[in-house]
Amino acid sequence: MVLIWLMVVLLVAGILAWLTARWSAQLPRWISLVAIGLDLVLTAHIWAGRASGATNQWLDEVDWNWVPSFGIHFHLAIDGLSLLMLMLTFFLGIMAVLASWTEIREKIGFFHFNLMWVLAGIVGVFLAVDLFLFYFAWELMLVPMYFLIVIWGHERRVYAAVKFFLFTQCSGLLMLIAILALYFIHHQTTGAYTFEYSQLLGTQLSPGTELWIMLGFFVAFAVKLPVVPLHTWLPDAHTEAPTAGSVILAGLLLKTGGYGLLRFVIPLFPQAAHQFTPIALVLAAVGIVYGAVMAFSQTDLKRLVAYTSVSHLGFVLLGIFSWNPLALQGAVLTMICHGLSTGALFILVGGLQERMHTRDLGKMGGLWAVAPRLSGAALFFSMASLGLPGMGDFVGEFLVLLGSYKISVPITVVASLGILASTFYALRMMQRAFFGPSTNSWRLPDLTPREGLMMTVMILGLLWLGLYPQPVLNTFAPAMDNLQREVQMPAAALRTQP
Amino acid sequence: MTATDTLALLPLLLLAGTAVAVMLGIAVKRSHELTAGLTLTGLAASFLSVCAVAPLAPRQVTSLLLIDRYALFYLGLIIASAAAVAVLSYQYFAKHDGQREELYLLLVLATLGCGVLVTSVHFASFLLGLEVLSVSLYGMVAYFTGRGQALEAGIKYLILASASAAFLLFGLALIYAGTGTMALSSLRDLSLGSSSLALLLPGIALSITGIGFKLGVVPFHLWTPDVYQGAPAPVSAFVATTSKTAVVALLLRYLAAETQQSPAVFLLFSIIAVASMFAGNLLALRQNNVKRILAYSSIAHFGYILVAFLAATAMAAGAVAFYLVAYTVTILTAFGVITVLSTSEADADDLEDYRGLFWQRPVLASVFTAALLSLAGIPATMGFVGKFYVLASGADASAWPLIIVLALTSVIGLFYYLRVVVALFSAVPERPSSLQGLGWSSAFVLGGLAVLLI
Repeated sequence: MVLIWLMVVLLVAGILAWLTARWSAQLPRWISLVAIGLDLVLTAHIWAGRASGATNQWLDEVDWNWVPSFGIHFHLAIDGLSLLMLMLTFFLGIMAVLASWTEIREKIGFFHFNLMWVLAGIVGVFLAVDLFLFYFAWELMLVPMYFLIVIWGHERRVYAAVKFFLFTQCSGLLMLIAILALYFIHHQTTGAYTFEYSQLLGTQLSPGTELWIMLGFFVAFAVKLPVVPLHTWLPDAHTEAPTAGSVILAGLLLKTGGYGLLRFVIPLFPQAAHQFTPIALVLAAVGIVYGAVMAFSQTDLKRLVAYTSVSHLGFVLLGIFSWNPLALQGAVLTMICHGLSTGALFILVGGLQERMHTRDLGKMGGLWAVAPRLSGAALFFSMASLGLPGMGDFVGEFLVLLGSYKISVPITVVASLGILASTFYALRMMQRAFFGPSTNSWRLPDLTPREGLMMTVMILGLLWLGLYPQPVLNTFAPAMDNLQREVQMPAAALRTQP
Repeated sequence: MTATDTLALLPLLLLAGTAVAVMLGIAVKRSHELTAGLTLTGLAASFLSVCAVAPLAPRQVTSLLLIDRYALFYLGLIIASAAAVAVLSYQYFAKHDGQREELYLLLVLATLGCGVLVTSVHFASFLLGLEVLSVSLYGMVAYFTGRGQALEAGIKYLILASASAAFLLFGLALIYAGTGTMALSSLRDLSLGSSSLALLLPGIALSITGIGFKLGVVPFHLWTPDVYQGAPAPVSAFVATTSKTAVVALLLRYLAAETQQSPAVFLLFSIIAVASMFAGNLLALRQNNVKRILAYSSIAHFGYILVAFLAATAMAAGAVAFYLVAYTVTILTAFGVITVLSTSEADADDLEDYRGLFWQRPVLASVFTAALLSLAGIPATMGFVGKFYVLASGADASAWPLIIVLALTSVIGLFYYLRVVVALFSAVPERPSSLQGLGWSSAFVLGGLAVLLI
């Protein structure tokens, strides 16, 4: 039951925030904060109590009949992977509310309504184990996100929002067709109409069909992740969105792509995914290098951070398609750490824009002298982003590279070059924005206590993940054992075949 | 004709009676309220009688009409949507002076025509229903004789509809010559392998021309944007929903089997469906007139319906029925919003009229947004369930090319729905606010429709 409450709390809080905005500008903010905080506590509670239900695949689940004639269930379930993603969701949710505390001054109620509903959609995506429900949540998180960008975004917001919506909707519909195909093929072989994840797992598919259906899913997740040829919505959407929108886009929406690959593509279509591995690895390597190079050549600070996401998420794809436990752990860890470090960078850029009303690197410079604490935080997170040991990103990417080394040495070499390139862009960003001569003699307030608190929490989180990631890996371990079984099966089959 | 037969015909008789009563009412006393009230009462009575005669179904009344559950379902949908149009018309025409009462007369007559269409089992009743519908629509479309656009739309509709009726008539004559029967069911079980193929195939092709015109599918779609734009908003709603519903019901009943028997007919409908989906969605992209956008979107939507129609599985009939209900509710909501915003000088159909509406009239704009998202098929709306249903029936029949086209074109469609949504939510422009109050009747209808929508 607690899983339902996770969503209901957010949905109700969204409506309350909208309604109460007419009385007070502060009320929606506090309502949102309390609601997400409550969810965070609930999830932490599940995390703490997980040892007792270790025998079951799911830590907790809710299963109701929704549309019996189609075999659609309202089925939510949580395992280690979704648990971690939920913790990240609520943590970044709080950060997003705090980041927009002073940035959003207009239409506050409706803003928080959208923020809460997009979070509820994300929670739905991470929890749904009925494919119809999954698709429903997948699409549902788009609409509020679209409004967040189109109403509170920056100069080219309409273009960015429409592009974002069209990309995701198109790929989503292809996924819907793939889901339906799977549904009817399952019915033909077993006679049962069901969208249930655990029942569809064992569906017998001919190799050709499996590949096509797998591609339908893969495209949807590849757009979200993003994989390089499908990434063009990302820099626009991230750049034009308000800070909270960017944090949620980079920190959470991208993760739904990685989560989808781990939860659906690999277990449902192990053979086809295995066949697809070479292409996926090349795409991942291209993404890593391309993102880093593009980030290096940006003059818009926010766009720079956006392109780093393309690079980092390339590691996630690389890890998922390396087919071994090390790389998978690395992929999950990278997803979490990227959420923290990039989220923090977006908050800092948002803070800078609020103060300076520009994101142009050319107009910055010498900010360290003016705002040392802000610059220090930026330094920390760009070091995390370039993979300095001791911080979470390093652990994640290192594990991914270790894993991928076993499967393809050239790809690993290229991916490592991406890490090298990330040093360039991170240092260039620091150099141009925070060091050097102060050209415009800026007078900026330093971090406020609210911002300082957010930065401290995120720094501590990254350090914890970097120095002692074991609890996180342990949480993910049972879910990964399940995944591992799926992964080994075709790998063994492929080895015996030739 | 026994007494039971007469009873089974009660919904249609009540509609006809309402038409007479409205006409006499206008002759006695010209009153907008009275006429609208009379119309609504008649429609409500007819709707109730649909429920009442349901136990009698199925029943063949003479060789012309068949009252069965299928017909009654669509009859109910038609009457309900006509009633919604009547309420919208009341709000719309309350702002206008002059003779507004005859519109209700035409509305009831057109509804009667639709009712005859869905119950017909004979060429004669089919054509009769179609003509009663068309002739009433000429008058309704060109109701504002003072507006150039309305006249243009009326004339255009008149000429094209007559031409298509002629095609249809010729086609039916050829089929009659080939099969020797005038029963519509002959369409269903004629085997196209027979010797009279030379007569039948052209006959069916010509009939499709006539039916395609009424549905406004490509390549018979040219009238839709002009008529939607020129006609008063409630009338456009009627053309978009009620009249098309009736034709789809007929099509589904008698031609669905045909598509499975004959590859040629299947191919023909596939081409029409694909062309409609592409043309409708692409042509709407650059429009700035909301009514024209809705017109092009309706072309696309009937392309989607044809996909389910082509699937012809057990699921398809349900899919079409549900899609039609969802589409009707959605379009009525959208035109309802347009109606409310229209002034006595002109309909609110320019995209500029909607700029920043959300910040001035949040409820109205939210309802409109819900309608647009439903047309786009976004989850949590009726349109999504409809689209899901259609996709599912397509997947069930393994019609992959069709449903992939459906998915891709509906993404194109999303673009122009989003344009309207962007306008609704953009900053309020500097201009004298001329927003009207929301009449309680329209508020009631819009509220009800919006609840249905979600």
